[in-house]
Amino acid sequence: MSGMVEKRGAAHWFTHLGMILGVVIIGFPIWLAFVASTVSQPEIVQPPMPVWPGDQLVENYAKALLSGVNVPVARMLFNSGVMALGIALGKISISLLSAFAIVYFRFPGRLVFFWLIFITLMLPVEVRIVPTYEVAARLGLLNSYPGLILPLIASATATFLFRQFFMTVPDELAEAARVDGARPMRFFIDILMPMSRTNMAALFVILFIYGWNQYLWPLLITTDPEMNTIVMGIRQMFPSGDDIADWPVIMATAILAMLPPVIVVITMQKLFIRGLVESEK
Amino acid sequence: MATIRLDNVKKSFGKTQVIHGVSIDIADGEFIVIVGPSGCGKSTLLRMVAGLETITDGTVEIDGARVNDDEPMDRDIAMVFQNYALYPHMSVFGNMAYGLKIARTPKAEIKARVQAAAKTLQLEAYLDRKPRELSGGQRQRVAMGRAIVRKPKAFLFDEPLSNLDAKLRVQMRLEIHALQRELGITALYVTHDQIEAMTMADRMIVMRDGVAEQIGAPLEVYENPDNRFVAEFIGSPATNFLAPALVPEAPAGTAWIGIRPEHVKLAEAEGASLTGKVLHIEALGAETLVHVVLADGTHATVRQEGHLPKPAEGARVGLAWHLAEVMFFDTQERRLR
Repeated sequence: MSGMVEKRGAAHWFTHLGMILGVVIIGFPIWLAFVASTVSQPEIVQPPMPVWPGDQLVENYAKALLSGVNVPVARMLFNSGVMALGIALGKISISLLSAFAIVYFRFPGRLVFFWLIFITLMLPVEVRIVPTYEVAARLGLLNSYPGLILPLIASATATFLFRQFFMTVPDELAEAARVDGARPMRFFIDILMPMSRTNMAALFVILFIYGWNQYLWPLLITTDPEMNTIVMGIRQMFPSGDDIADWPVIMATAILAMLPPVIVVITMQKLFIRGLVESEK
Repeated sequence: MATIRLDNVKKSFGKTQVIHGVSIDIADGEFIVIVGPSGCGKSTLLRMVAGLETITDGTVEIDGARVNDDEPMDRDIAMVFQNYALYPHMSVFGNMAYGLKIARTPKAEIKARVQAAAKTLQLEAYLDRKPRELSGGQRQRVAMGRAIVRKPKAFLFDEPLSNLDAKLRVQMRLEIHALQRELGITALYVTHDQIEAMTMADRMIVMRDGVAEQIGAPLEVYENPDNRFVAEFIGSPATNFLAPALVPEAPAGTAWIGIRPEHVKLAEAEGASLTGKVLHIEALGAETLVHVVLADGTHATVRQEGHLPKPAEGARVGLAWHLAEVMFFDTQERRLR
């Protein structure tokens, strides 16, 4: 009996050791980036690289946030925030509405539209980037928030997900709402949307990170440093030619760029799990 | 409170006609039960009155006004669904208040009406709960509550008790009936359960394959069925159908004679005009069902009082009845009177 417990304890320790090792391996580069953002430029370039934080934390972060290299990082964070929020919220509202239309209304060409949306799943931004750029440029969307957001806002995946979810909602619910006097949009807002909140939370996390991590599209559509997003902005901070790279500030920027997605994941995860636990079944 | 009139109401899905013209005049405050086997079109008929299905032909009138093209909300009816169809994210209060909220009823009045309905239905303690935290019977009550707070012209029930266990079903059956009586609101109630139909209805519509086979008060339908289907469907155990040759007095053209199990008596095999072998016996306490197989292979059921002597399984018994209680049906299954 005691042998069994011991054995189980050993296996327990072993599993934990493995997991801790994994965390260390994954966390180490981030730790190094953090350390690099707290020391001075000479300390970084001189080998061996420091592995413990220095005393320049406040200075480096203040410099990054307020002046940056080309443009203050605060500005880039704001741009990225607008873009990621715009894409996430835009995608969710558009796909909610189109899924609602496809599931609850019988209009001519309903299936055609569904398949059209579905086919766009197969066309990522990179494939359609030249025509999309052309359209955006002609619409005068260069260097603007709509230019950053609109071309990325349609989502076949989210539409498909909401369609599948709506199809599991019993028809009787829609009928009950109809008898209660709810017109279609009222039913959508009062009944369907609250019932979809778990799905919306999960999608928001995924889409926010998708929007935040966009690199190629912002690189094309913005030329003004004022409109840079942070993910592409980090690349812009690298010097060309023989200029000296301000590594502590670049690393501080990288750490700052990581924070919002982390915050979104942590806060939304709670909501997401609560939604799962309180499932309607 | 209203009268409802169906005039030759028909329904087709594509080329398939599923309702073949049903007509009935429903008086104010009347409780009408539509009963029939599954697939007979009873739910479709109800949904046409509700406005959830379009009406292919004929008219539906509520309070004398044609409502064929009105949305459900404009017909001023309330419906109770089989699966209750409660809004899962709303509290019991929210569920009951939703219709009133949409109708822009003042907040104070909504509260008063929901409280009153909750009191009637013994739901006061549960107003803040979500539907998933309630038992089946309580959910059923919330669905009822949602219907009564609206003070509609008519209640429409679509098999509301079929998801409840047997005991609760009996209780809710009585409650719904009492509530409808108290409120005096016209009700249309769909069920496949003939006991619900018999106990609740002022009049019932017996349906088969989209046709109203008979409309009448429950006992009238039970005692005087118009055709073989009604005689067979209403009443449990079902009416016995025997070869016409067994009754020499049968009128010309008789294809079947029907006799209810309680009208058949067991008799001595000796000297009886009809004999059979006892297949098995179901002793239910108050009554005993004796299943008999006749010489020609027909099965017949005898229902007798529980205290009467029970024959042994396999025994030969005679069957006897009063001629007055025998029903005759022609080849079209119509009743010959």
